[in-house]
Amino acid sequence: MTAPERNAPANLSLSSRTQAAIFTRLFAVQGSWNYETMLGTGVGFCVEPALRNLPGGIGGEAFCEALARETRYFNSHPYLAGAAVGALARVELERRPAAQIERFRSALCGPLGSVGDQLVWAGWLPVCSLLSLLLFGLGVPALGVVVAFLSIYNVGHVALRVWALRAGWREGLRVAVALGSPILRRGPQHIARTMMFLAGAALPVALARLASATAPDIGRNALIGMLVGAGVLGFALVKLKGTLEGWKVALGVLAVVVAYAVSP
Amino acid sequence: MTTAHLLSFTLLGALLGLDVVSFPQAMMSRPIVAATAAGALAGHPMRGLLAGAILEMMAMETLPIGASRYPEWGTAAVVGGALFAVAPNAGSGATAGALVLSTLAALATAFVGGWSMFALRRLNQRWAARARGQLDRGSASTVVALQLRGLTADLLRAAAVTALTLLLFVPLVAVGLAHWSLDPKTGDIVVATLAATVAGSAAWKLAQGAPGAKWAFIAGAAAGLAAVWRQ
Repeated sequence: MTAPERNAPANLSLSSRTQAAIFTRLFAVQGSWNYETMLGTGVGFCVEPALRNLPGGIGGEAFCEALARETRYFNSHPYLAGAAVGALARVELERRPAAQIERFRSALCGPLGSVGDQLVWAGWLPVCSLLSLLLFGLGVPALGVVVAFLSIYNVGHVALRVWALRAGWREGLRVAVALGSPILRRGPQHIARTMMFLAGAALPVALARLASATAPDIGRNALIGMLVGAGVLGFALVKLKGTLEGWKVALGVLAVVVAYAVSP
Repeated sequence: MTTAHLLSFTLLGALLGLDVVSFPQAMMSRPIVAATAAGALAGHPMRGLLAGAILEMMAMETLPIGASRYPEWGTAAVVGGALFAVAPNAGSGATAGALVLSTLAALATAFVGGWSMFALRRLNQRWAARARGQLDRGSASTVVALQLRGLTADLLRAAAVTALTLLLFVPLVAVGLAHWSLDPKTGDIVVATLAATVAGSAAWKLAQGAPGAKWAFIAGAAAGLAAVWRQ
């Protein structure tokens, strides 16, 4: 959009203090998540430190108008919400027309949600989870497994939040260009392959360690039986995708086992 | 379980339950972390890690996507890790039902935790609707108050889920252990196999569509099986 800006400052910049405030608040962007406005209030909460730079400051007409707009419905992946917050802070400080900002805000929801879900929830998190299970299976001590998981996961997590906020602020209305970054476009495929390799490697060794820790004299044949059983049941769960959730199946099976085990 | 234990597990559950969605989503609430931390609080980090590994596998298929309802693993893992860590004889050879019972309790807690998150989101919705007038006027203090209220409510929600489920399951697990008649190894084998089943199917469902993913799985499985064979 090329709508004229209303008294746009020549060189927009945010002080380090404001940037730090926005970044810190982003970790709580889902603090009041609800089914009506979803992340809306959270986005308003995060963008508010930047809006103080509008003419009139806190409580000024421009500030109140902008904050009211920013607390309405919004949804995105929480780690990529920074891209929206950065971009919205820029367009608000550029004094773009309200209708343009509202259209831009609505357009951001879909891409930021789907890209983030694919990259983080269906990619980075399971990879780190499987890596921690591999370390567990290889006999790494408890502290080592926990520290490795938290360190590796959060390097990706924090880096993504930093990148998103910077990209949003830098690009403003053109933030969609940043979402076309090769890492975001091709990353999920590389992560998926890594996940599959780790799943193949981690689950047998984790199962072996669980068996040796809880039943040391279990024997190799029983372990092979467990692996084959897990494979067959896993195949069935995949085939029944959408109709059965694995954890609910486990809950039901364990309830039956307990009922049998404690019955007189 | 002593009162001091209960209070410390409740505080841990509150903080890790908050991490699930509200703040800071650093995945300290993942079962492999949360259950190990609960085990460490009880003086048995390895027992916590065992319970955590089982629950981490179970949690792999849960994608915490926006409006969907999903089990809450933070408080669940604290409860599961704590119950397994304080169970007599747990972790020293076959666990005579302790692993099965604590895993079952954790799964039930995950269900309750998921329901409590749904209730909290409805509550946030009511608070936001009530404040709509002030929000439309651009009141910064209202925005901050809504965020802080939501965060505090989530902390209290997680504390309540942890405390109440522990109060319920500690005696139930004790009764279960006292009456356990199944061969000690059988229960452990069932729970470990179920966990691997859920994790394997979750990874397959998430990643099988990517080019080369099936070959990557085969290569990984070959490496994993070779490592097991050499042990």
